[in-house]
Amino acid sequence: MNDIRRKFLKSAAGLGGIAAAIGTGLLMPQRAFAAYLEDAFHATDVSAALIGAEGSDQHTPSDQIKLKAPDIAENGAVVPVTVSSTLPNVESISIIATENPSPLAASFQLSAMSEAYVSTRIKMGKTSNVIAVVKSDGKLYSATQEVKVTIGGCGG
Amino acid sequence: MASTIKIRAKSKSGTTTVKALFSHPMETGNRKDKKTGDKIPAHHITEITAEYNGSVVFTAQMGPAVSKNPYLSFKFKGGSSGEKIKITWVDNKGKGDSLEATIK
Repeated sequence: MNDIRRKFLKSAAGLGGIAAAIGTGLLMPQRAFAAYLEDAFHATDVSAALIGAEGSDQHTPSDQIKLKAPDIAENGAVVPVTVSSTLPNVESISIIATENPSPLAASFQLSAMSEAYVSTRIKMGKTSNVIAVVKSDGKLYSATQEVKVTIGGCGG
Repeated sequence: MASTIKIRAKSKSGTTTVKALFSHPMETGNRKDKKTGDKIPAHHITEITAEYNGSVVFTAQMGPAVSKNPYLSFKFKGGSSGEKIKITWVDNKGKGDSLEATIK
């Protein structure tokens, strides 16, 4: 008697779980989700973040990367950053804010069809350099710009 | 429920520019609740993928340092008016959403 009841409850719970998973999109047909760069996003210094995201912290400044960010950000919670590059075969682009608690803000993986262009908005805790690191032909190149933040966007 | 994604995709001389807005709190995990003093747990989008013609054209991995209600723009070669582009996001709590839009 009790046994059957147990089983029934178990299977009911199982079904409910699956339905909830579908509802939240957990079981969506996933295709090429790359492994999430957990370590890189939790790294607290720039070189560890870069090693995690791009495999190396050695990068050479390049004038073929255009980093567009404001000189003075009035609101650190919303700092628009645009990176574009004329380098060949760009594989990935990472955006780093050096003084943030975890410097890596975002990392973008491009496909063969992509153009080396990405634009987003990041948070910045305080005045610091923003580094755009671009991987081209397996090598890392970078562009750096200082952004002055008058009101921080992290913590509170 | 209204979609959490807004997409504008426009094709011009062989290049498609995609602009997308996501509604998401993007909690860093460093903020404290002012009343209780407890830390608000991190809750942010971890990954966004864009598919065109069944293949992934762009992937973004995000940490908590991306602004609340993230904005993302990227470009890819090819794509013409009337074709579809699909964008999917997932967050660190395993939730997600996806939306298909027509390229203009």
